[in-house]
Amino acid sequence: MTGPVTSSSSQTGPTARLLPDGVRLHLQHGPIDLIVGADGDRTAAFAAATRRFQTILTELVAELPLLRQEVGPKVLGPTARRMVAAARPHKPTFVTPMAAVAGAVAEEILSAMVTAALLTRAYVNNGGDIAFHLTAGTQFRMAIASLHNHPLGRVDITATDVARGLATSGQGGRSLSLGIADSVTVLAKTASQADVAATLIANAVDLPGHPAITRAPANTLHPESDLGHRLVVTHVGPLTADETALALNCGSATAQTMLHAGLIASAALFLNGQVRTLGPSKTFLADPRIPAHA
Amino acid sequence: MCDLAAPPAPVEPGQMQPEKIRCDACPVMCYIADGRVGACDRYANHSGILVRLDPLTVIEARVEAVPFLTGTGDEQDWDGDLIKGYRPFITAVGAGTTYPDYKPAPFIVSQAVDGVDMVTVVTEGIFSYCGVKVKIDTDRFIGPETALVRVDGEPIGHVMTGEYGSRMLSLGGVEHLTGGSKKEGRVTCDALMRLCNQEAVEVQIDGGASVIIQAGKPPIINTVPEKLMRVGCGSATIGMFAKQWVGHVDEVVVVDDHITGVLSEHQAGKMLDVPPTGIKMKGRRSTPGRYFQVAGHGTGWGGTDIEDPLTILKPFDAKTAWPGLRLLMVSTTGEQWAYYELNAMLEPVLADAPASLRASAERIAENCEPSLCSVLFMAGAGGSLRAGVTENPVRLTHSVKSALTYVSCGGAAAYVWPGGGITVMVDVTRMPANSFGYVPTPALVAPIEFTLRLADYAALGGHVDRVQPVEDVLTPEIRRVAALGNEPDPQDATNFPWGKSRQGRPR
Repeated sequence: MTGPVTSSSSQTGPTARLLPDGVRLHLQHGPIDLIVGADGDRTAAFAAATRRFQTILTELVAELPLLRQEVGPKVLGPTARRMVAAARPHKPTFVTPMAAVAGAVAEEILSAMVTAALLTRAYVNNGGDIAFHLTAGTQFRMAIASLHNHPLGRVDITATDVARGLATSGQGGRSLSLGIADSVTVLAKTASQADVAATLIANAVDLPGHPAITRAPANTLHPESDLGHRLVVTHVGPLTADETALALNCGSATAQTMLHAGLIASAALFLNGQVRTLGPSKTFLADPRIPAHA
Repeated sequence: MCDLAAPPAPVEPGQMQPEKIRCDACPVMCYIADGRVGACDRYANHSGILVRLDPLTVIEARVEAVPFLTGTGDEQDWDGDLIKGYRPFITAVGAGTTYPDYKPAPFIVSQAVDGVDMVTVVTEGIFSYCGVKVKIDTDRFIGPETALVRVDGEPIGHVMTGEYGSRMLSLGGVEHLTGGSKKEGRVTCDALMRLCNQEAVEVQIDGGASVIIQAGKPPIINTVPEKLMRVGCGSATIGMFAKQWVGHVDEVVVVDDHITGVLSEHQAGKMLDVPPTGIKMKGRRSTPGRYFQVAGHGTGWGGTDIEDPLTILKPFDAKTAWPGLRLLMVSTTGEQWAYYELNAMLEPVLADAPASLRASAERIAENCEPSLCSVLFMAGAGGSLRAGVTENPVRLTHSVKSALTYVSCGGAAAYVWPGGGITVMVDVTRMPANSFGYVPTPALVAPIEFTLRLADYAALGGHVDRVQPVEDVLTPEIRRVAALGNEPDPQDATNFPWGKSRQGRPR
């Protein structure tokens, strides 16, 4: 599904449009795709989100070289600062602020909306990394689906829960992964925290040295990857049920450590049809339904 | 313990990395390596060229302007609407799914066509029930019926019936996609996708040949590209051309790997009173004028291994033959031919062919069509896909069966099988390039569009609240492709029972 680019000389700027249902806003610029929803003064909220969105990518690009380095350097932009804050507690594990970029962007836009408008509920969904706002008596129900829209489970979050961010990472995602997880979904206090944690837990779901797993240095795939020459997984061949369980246990151990440190609220790890969940038992409900295909 | 205490992780060989390009589509300005995508997943480097991935594809039908017609009483059909000269059809290629929710179908598009509000529901369906039927124009043996067809050692389908001038393969289907091992499914899915995207795929057939298949291209069988389909077997060729030979030549041998035909002995020759010539053939006689196995299989004359046709003749019978006897030898594709006259020793000697015989060889060649591989994508649009169209999925099936809904794939007309469900077949060469994708299930992602009247759409419980005017979909980002010359326009009224009476009207 490709078409040659006829005129690539003119950069496309940020776009904002209401989705056909009239109640959701779609914001897009370069690699950022946001679906935004708000209950309350929606018009004011969407106006604020659109306004904030105008410069968010160019702000990030200005500090991109710093954000691609291991946590340390001082950054200035508000979104960049969210990224650094989310990544820092995971030291000494290797991680750069880029692991938090999707969650941080969602958070930043949500914060602009909540500041500008009176809202009972709101969310910003950045490709599955979601920042949400809840007020007393409200809740969100979110579905976890596999890459090809198989339902994997459900997440119910009420205003009394601490979590205000949800993120998913793994082989299906856009980013490179050091691990083999099909997907790891994490709930945390903020979307940027959830984003970093999901990335690192997905990295930990792994079977180092397994012959069915092929890897390549990240910078051979994406020359500017923040992962540098680290080996990222390019293909996962057949694994036995025992191997799948072993890999998931590795990821669960990492997630458990984060749970104890208060870095995440809960997590669900998926690989080859097997699941591990951590955190309050009611948070993640695995879906037993048979995948509905064409 | 998370280590398997195994050797270091295998690394893909660090080949020379081809040139990187810098994408300037957005401020991130990614460097993208060849064959990779940028951070956005929207732009990629294809051999040094920046390409946009997944653009929504629109077929632009450039319809002749109506006002030039005068005096036919049809002038009132021209309502001044410019879109008539530029009527786009929104295909499902690149329609994708809009997350976070994917229902209803991503694009439900309306436009007035000839005064009728038409709706096209486009979606990229995920088809785990799908496959391809491949027709390979060749008479060469590629493998026995029911033999498994393999890619990378994995079975992806089988040889089915032999058909006119061609061999048929049935590939994919749910048993190979999801019924076998994971690798079998993955290899099958990959082969199907490449075949459907009109790429070349090499298959090995158990007990048969290696065949490189590419839609719209000649098959390459055991490294030899096929050129022409023969006009018929040697015997059939005699039957087809006997009348054109009688009077111009005394004997004709049509050299064929399967059945070599001899005019004077053949039923067609007898009917035309062609006298016996005393010709003696090698090989095994089947019925009069029809010979099997005159030579080995090969790439010479008529699929045999011979380069000199005289090697399949024994000496003429001296009691019957005569000096000066005129003999034409020709292959079943007309690509090779030679004209001889018998000398006093009754030996064939090359001679100048009269124009009439040269013409008959050319006529045979003219009747041989280029040998091609045809790939028909076959898939069933079942549960969830139909739900993207209507709240009551079976009504869509009924609407398709009663022809109120026209089904196309990437704008190409789809044949809808009788019986239950919406099982369609479509020629992949009629679809825009690279229309197919996959998901790791494994299953193919293919475009499918349902076109019907707005009123009919409402009647079947369609998501009418989601209908957008076509103008809203035509953003600068879409990919525009020209309509294929003779592909029917999915929105043409004559596709539908209610529009049949409008046939012949200028569009």
